[in-house]
Amino acid sequence: MPSFRNTYIMEENVNYFLTEEQEMIKELAAKIAKEKIEPVAAEYDENETFPWDIVKVMGQSDLYGVFIPEAYGGLGGGVLEMCIVTEELSKACGGIALAYAACGLGTIPIIQFGNEEQKQKYLTKIAAGEWLAAFGLTEADSGSDVSAIKMRADLDGNEYVLNGTKTWISNGGEAHVNVVFAVTDPSRGARGVSAFIVEKGTPGFTFGKKENKLGIRANSTRELIFQDCRIPKENLLGKDGQGFLIAMRTFDESRPGVAAQALGIATGAFEKATAYSRERFQRGQPISAFQGVQFMLADMATQIEAARALTYQAAKSIDSGMKQVSKISAMAKLFASDVAMKVTVDAVQIFGGYGYTKEYPVEKMMRDAKITQIYEGTNQIQREIIALNVIKESARGTK
Amino acid sequence: MKIVVCIKQVPDTTNVRINPETNTLIREGVESIINPFDMYALEEAIRLKEKHGGEVIVMSMGPPQVESSLKDAIALGADQAILLTDRAFAGADTLATSYTLAAGINALNDADLVIMGKQAIDGDTGQVGPGVAENLGVPHITDIRKIEEVTDNYMVCERLLEEGYVRLKVKFPAVITVVKEINEPRLPSLKGKMKAKSATILQWTTKDLDIDVDRLGLTGSPTQVVRIFTPPKPEGGKVYKGETRDMVSELLSDLQANGVAIKKSKGN
Ligand SMILES: Cc1cc2nc3c(=O)[nH]c(=O)nc-3n(C[C@H](O)[C@H](O)[C@H](O)COP(=O)(O)OP(=O)(O)OC[C@H]3O[C@@H](n4cnc5c(N)ncnc54)[C@H](O)[C@@H]3O)c2cc1C
Repeated sequence: MPSFRNTYIMEENVNYFLTEEQEMIKELAAKIAKEKIEPVAAEYDENETFPWDIVKVMGQSDLYGVFIPEAYGGLGGGVLEMCIVTEELSKACGGIALAYAACGLGTIPIIQFGNEEQKQKYLTKIAAGEWLAAFGLTEADSGSDVSAIKMRADLDGNEYVLNGTKTWISNGGEAHVNVVFAVTDPSRGARGVSAFIVEKGTPGFTFGKKENKLGIRANSTRELIFQDCRIPKENLLGKDGQGFLIAMRTFDESRPGVAAQALGIATGAFEKATAYSRERFQRGQPISAFQGVQFMLADMATQIEAARALTYQAAKSIDSGMKQVSKISAMAKLFASDVAMKVTVDAVQIFGGYGYTKEYPVEKMMRDAKITQIYEGTNQIQREIIALNVIKESARGTK
Repeated sequence: MKIVVCIKQVPDTTNVRINPETNTLIREGVESIINPFDMYALEEAIRLKEKHGGEVIVMSMGPPQVESSLKDAIALGADQAILLTDRAFAGADTLATSYTLAAGINALNDADLVIMGKQAIDGDTGQVGPGVAENLGVPHITDIRKIEEVTDNYMVCERLLEEGYVRLKVKFPAVITVVKEINEPRLPSLKGKMKAKSATILQWTTKDLDIDVDRLGLTGSPTQVVRIFTPPKPEGGKVYKGETRDMVSELLSDLQANGVAIKKSKGN
């Protein structure tokens, strides 16, 4: 018997203090997740299908506009609204949800640092769901060590000439709007990095092969290859040399989105595992009657609720205009992604042998969960950020 | 082009349970939705508007709570919504409903096209579409699966048949009913939902309509539901197995033994 409830049992009897508009956003995202995403999740995962059909539905429903200012066709919400959507979509499929979340990652720097023309040109199209965005920072030899990027951008008259390769880029090859980071002045180290907007179709800009991945297989992870790619000077995002700052500010706002993706995956897996534990009989009783299973369910539920509280708290802190949000943002990403990994592993455990097969969705959720501990900074890097911040805060207090 | 879409609010039957004692729907806690076939009608109307311009007006007859469904229609893209609501309308059968809806449409003066779902999932009669057309005195086509061409004066559409379809041309004003093959209804947009939240739904009573009160509601309804019941499950039954040839002759002799089939005479 499929469940027809609108909310997940997790969220019953908890007040998240969402506004009427946020509830509306949540409800619509949940509807799309249930009606459009869940039925195709296994197939798109298996065949590595990029979910353009669902992107179209999300665009028509205004979901891409929730965190974009009204002046550019959006609904004027913030990080919390983006998180609510990402979470709901991820309950059905973390991979398909990435077509949304990675677009958010590519859009945030334009909202934060774009000039009026750039915002008019790109945000309106993104809000309408016509163009997707991507964010290209990582290179083959520059992962956690962001400052080691080698891609070059050299000013030549009114144009920048881009040379280099970005690796592992989500929405790669599908996104029209690509925010990429390149060295404009190698003598200045981290201060010599700048950010650029590159449109798909620009001569000299091509894509490498699609990565064959463990999870989030419905998203395309590809190399962005630049060979003497010329872009107008106007495509510089922010100021020359601001690239590193732009990347870090973007992560501050986007990491709760990864947390929300993790949270959605965990909630989806928990929901399935709870339902299954009531249906599966051993020794003449549902396995949910066994304390061993009950304690797993209790821990899963508690961890998810704690992760949700932290994620929403981070999002609300950012939306309130707080300046120093790196710590809370990293905490949300770290905690929620670790919860997602643990909860999905336990969900497979509750399903037993069936959970290990593709007949049931939990093995996929476990595969999808893993990436949330890796991208937008591995969880080791998140701990580093948190530690540096708390030590700094302590030092300030004792001075 | 002025398009009217008639919608009915129905219980979401994917969720519905039957009270085994009274044999009636348990409506408690069951969500009300727009009749699914009407969703195709509304989608088609919105598509026609997007392509040819004009406006889409949704109309429903029912109690005040139907307003929520009319707001859903506005969230999807309807421009205006009208609720025909009056105690006098209560208890209407398909005849009285058709008459009342037609009176509402007449009050709009100049509708070019009325689109309706082929039937409602609760009543399943399929009578109200043609009934509205008769009351309006305009032509109708039921079971449309595709609209091929639309001009100022007429349109060409495909009517679904059991095997295949017929292509028909109909002059405006006209009424059509649509089947689910015609389109895939869109989901609402957030901007649409916000617009719907603040939209006012016009409420029309008998006073707003040029209408004969004797033809309304229970008074105007010759059809009465005497009893609703779940038919008993057929019992017994026999499964034939083996070669087709043997199964057929066994089946035939069983039928003959029960007096159902007639022995084939030689000359036949
Ligand atoms: C599916 C997928 C999608 C991605 N999408 C994008 C995208 O859209 N845009 C983009 O720019 N990038 C993207 N990435 C890249 C991703 O952000 C990096 O993979 C990630 O930052 C880690 O870098 P790395 O893979 O080079 O690992 P490394 O940096 O080589 O790390 C290897 C291991 O060493 C640890 N380690 C490294 N440095 C330290 C340190 N200082 N202290 C402690 N431990 C350390 C790491 O935690 C990790 O466990 C994506 C990656 C994947 C797999």
